[in-house]
Amino acid sequence: MASILAVDDSASMRQMVSFTLKGAGFDVVEAVDGVDALSKAKGQSFNLVITDVNMPNMDGISLIKELRGLPAFKFTPLLMLTTESGNDKKQQGKMAGATGWIVKPFNPDQLLATVKKVLG
Amino acid sequence: MSIDMAQFHQVFFEESFEGLDIMESGLLNMDPGTVDDEEINSIFRAAHSIKGGSGTFGFNDISGFTHIMETLLDEMRDGRRPVTPEAVDVLLRSVDVLRDMLAATSDDGEVDEERVQEQKAELEQILNGKPGEVATDVGAADVAAQPVGGVEVRPIGWHIVFRPLSHMLRTGNDPLRIIRELAELGDLKSEGDISALPALSSYEPEDSYLSWDLHLHGDVEKQAIDDIFDWVEDDCELIIMPLLPEGEPEAVMVAATAAPTASEAETPVVQAAPPPVEQRSKKDRRSSKDRRTKDRRQSVGSSGGGSIRVEISKIDALINMVGELVITQSMLSMLGEDFEMDRLERLNDGLAQLERHTRELQESVMQVRMLPISFTFSRFPRLVHDLSSKLGKKIELKMTGENTEVDKTVIEKIGDPLVHLVRNSLDHGIEMPEVRLAAGKPETGTINLSASHKGGNIVIEIRDDGQGLNRDKIEEKAIEKEIIDEDHNLSDQQIYELIFAAGFSTADVVSDVSGRGVGMDVVRRNINELGGSIEIESDPGKGSAIIIRLPLTLAILDGQTVTVADETYIVPLVSIIESIQVKADQINRVAGKGETFKLRDEFLPILRLHELFGIENPNASSLEEGLLVVVEGDGRHCGLFVDDLLGQQQVVIKSLEANYQRVDGISGATILGDGSVALILDIPGLLRLAAETGADSAAKQTA
Amino acid sequence: MNEPQAKIEAALENQGEEYLTFRLGEEDYGVDILRVQEIRGWEAATRIPNSPEYVKGVVNMRGSIVPIFDMRQRLGMEVHPYSKNTVVIVLRVKNERGERNMGVVVDEVSDVLSTQKDRICNTPEFGGGIATDYISGLADADDKMIMLLDVDKLLNQGEQTDSENEDAA
Repeated sequence: MASILAVDDSASMRQMVSFTLKGAGFDVVEAVDGVDALSKAKGQSFNLVITDVNMPNMDGISLIKELRGLPAFKFTPLLMLTTESGNDKKQQGKMAGATGWIVKPFNPDQLLATVKKVLG
Repeated sequence: MSIDMAQFHQVFFEESFEGLDIMESGLLNMDPGTVDDEEINSIFRAAHSIKGGSGTFGFNDISGFTHIMETLLDEMRDGRRPVTPEAVDVLLRSVDVLRDMLAATSDDGEVDEERVQEQKAELEQILNGKPGEVATDVGAADVAAQPVGGVEVRPIGWHIVFRPLSHMLRTGNDPLRIIRELAELGDLKSEGDISALPALSSYEPEDSYLSWDLHLHGDVEKQAIDDIFDWVEDDCELIIMPLLPEGEPEAVMVAATAAPTASEAETPVVQAAPPPVEQRSKKDRRSSKDRRTKDRRQSVGSSGGGSIRVEISKIDALINMVGELVITQSMLSMLGEDFEMDRLERLNDGLAQLERHTRELQESVMQVRMLPISFTFSRFPRLVHDLSSKLGKKIELKMTGENTEVDKTVIEKIGDPLVHLVRNSLDHGIEMPEVRLAAGKPETGTINLSASHKGGNIVIEIRDDGQGLNRDKIEEKAIEKEIIDEDHNLSDQQIYELIFAAGFSTADVVSDVSGRGVGMDVVRRNINELGGSIEIESDPGKGSAIIIRLPLTLAILDGQTVTVADETYIVPLVSIIESIQVKADQINRVAGKGETFKLRDEFLPILRLHELFGIENPNASSLEEGLLVVVEGDGRHCGLFVDDLLGQQQVVIKSLEANYQRVDGISGATILGDGSVALILDIPGLLRLAAETGADSAAKQTA
Repeated sequence: MNEPQAKIEAALENQGEEYLTFRLGEEDYGVDILRVQEIRGWEAATRIPNSPEYVKGVVNMRGSIVPIFDMRQRLGMEVHPYSKNTVVIVLRVKNERGERNMGVVVDEVSDVLSTQKDRICNTPEFGGGIATDYISGLADADDKMIMLLDVDKLLNQGEQTDSENEDAA
């Protein structure tokens, strides 16, 4: 089964994402910020990374940039969770190498639909 | 798949309250005019998380409100807006309102809608110079995404030219996925174009060279197609053209597609993605008139009894310990199955191991109850900020040791006493700026709030560099209140301690700030109830300090077992200074003043426990026969006369009140190894009991 | 002691108006059997300082600390040395703060009395020494008169008088 790295500094969002995805049968690894995520990503490969944007220590955009630079993540779908409705953050994310985004607020069904879409 | 979102609510509320505390302390740390990036980022992030979470979990009022705060913070963060004291104050008040909203939502209470609207208006005022623009348009972008009315002719499909740029694969986007998704919308005919493929020699395997000419037939909203290409709009060349039924005037179609940039029907509509759908459902406001005046944070803190957040490492330690215990247990039971005397040594080893594991397990379990005292300290920056401006004083609050861990019950119960003490420092301790300057002190006063571990105790200190206690005023007051006689011969220190005496009201120094009807006697009682003690230090003109000592945990204490006649009592080790056997020449009997003994240069009163507790036939009736346990309670020392000392041991504290009632001089009970019950002495309580009953008039002298 | 215990269990099955009866001197008393938690032999209790005479102390009942009251002293009767028949009945006492367990020392446990509500006389008339406040009614059993005690009144009342006694101590 596909493995997913879920990155969010908010415990409730992380739990919600993780619970939803696990319920759909995915393997989920959680990380609390970019630094945590990056170290986890270096130790294991993932089929998909879902990351929040605003996080302490390392934000989502820097994380995406870092991940995209890793050979193992060259083509991996990297999705950002963002409340930013303006194009600003999305553009920054795209520039950093993000595949796409999921706009908050979202519900578990929307999340699953997007994830399934990306993972084919 | 249906997921009950309510299961995440508790965590959401907890982290949101934490976020609010971060915002509050961050705002209090902000210096007007300058922006500390890290500070404002953390404030922004907290607001952002609350907004995101509340939106996700369906608390739209909260996300709407937070959105405005976030917008304001965002502008400050980007330097587009100066950080003014006014803006900070408005944000601080907004934090309060938001805290109330969260608390009300979490408790199924009523949100004070009027206050929310007022605060919103205030925020908008700051944001726009005039109220009412931001909040109402949160979801404005959505509108464009909806089909506009007046649709007469719908396109029968779409002609899409999709040419990924060479780097698209490296964004994790797969053109084939996009095509698959399009195929789900309707009947898709695709034609691949490989004309851009280079010669093999210059072929880059990670680049994409293909493009597609797609015809999608069906009743499909353009928005649906836009959504599919949303992520890749900058990674491809994209042309989306409507396919119209034959003979229809094409201009009509434009309205139907509602594509904002569709100018002329004939012109291919170049993808200009409207912002993605943002489902911000409109405020479903509950109307509520009654104003909520309770301090919500307070009630949240204490009602949080239901759950406790525990670090995973602590749980892991527990699990490990239980594992060890199970191994030891099975080892012992194997040993017991056919035991013979030659295995005695192994049995003893096993029992020693069991004891060690039990103790470690006990310690780990206790660790679970421990929380950093920052839960309590975090309210003080705000308190000091608000009160010092109210009093016209300049005060800096310094906090250290916020990560010191204390028992959860202490966190819950120490808050109010500390607030009282800090208010006292602010109000009575620190002088007005001009007074300070005149006294040659810095204009800004300092209050140090610290917590630390010291020898099995938690020590909390509130230390200020103010004027110190007014000895004469206290003395005068105490005489007036008949707490002491006029011909007393109390030391300054003993005078200071009178402020803790019951009935010592500071009526003429009551102010709006500290005079809230709670006396220092109540503060001391609260601390005593936690098994702690409180002391005061004062240096006239230089400042004063309150020192609170609390036991590490409230469930277990290190005790000294003492006996009087047939009775066994536990004296908390923290109260014991030393135990001595007195010689006749150390003892001093003063008529009417009871017995004292000389310890180094001090005369200490003697409390005979058997007299105090009405125990008949103690084994030691003369002081030379028994032992004096020198104990300390509420800053006073005395010698507690007992028959004998037995061992020291850790005891689990059991409540006497659960089935009986509070008993003066007793803080609880414990069960000894033989199953019998021993009472735990409450030293400060004993000293008070002695003073009240007059069983020892020497104690009265110092009381 | 096993016999009454077995009877209690049997009685609990029936769920009638049932009382555990016990003796104090020449008098028979009863308490609502549903309030009885445990019957145990008398064992020395840990004295509580400055408590009223009738408070014998506290004992360990499966890890919780339970006070023990002497019933004779509580009812103002003459003190009687404890014997091997002396037992402690642990009762569940209710008040506005919740439920507490308290033990009472009685001379001996007699029986379980099953009776109909209408056989209970509600207006006890006593002269002199007996504190009628705690008596909720009288029941007739084999020509014996059994005084039914209101456990809550009897044992919660004790708490109020404690403070008075403390002052005297």
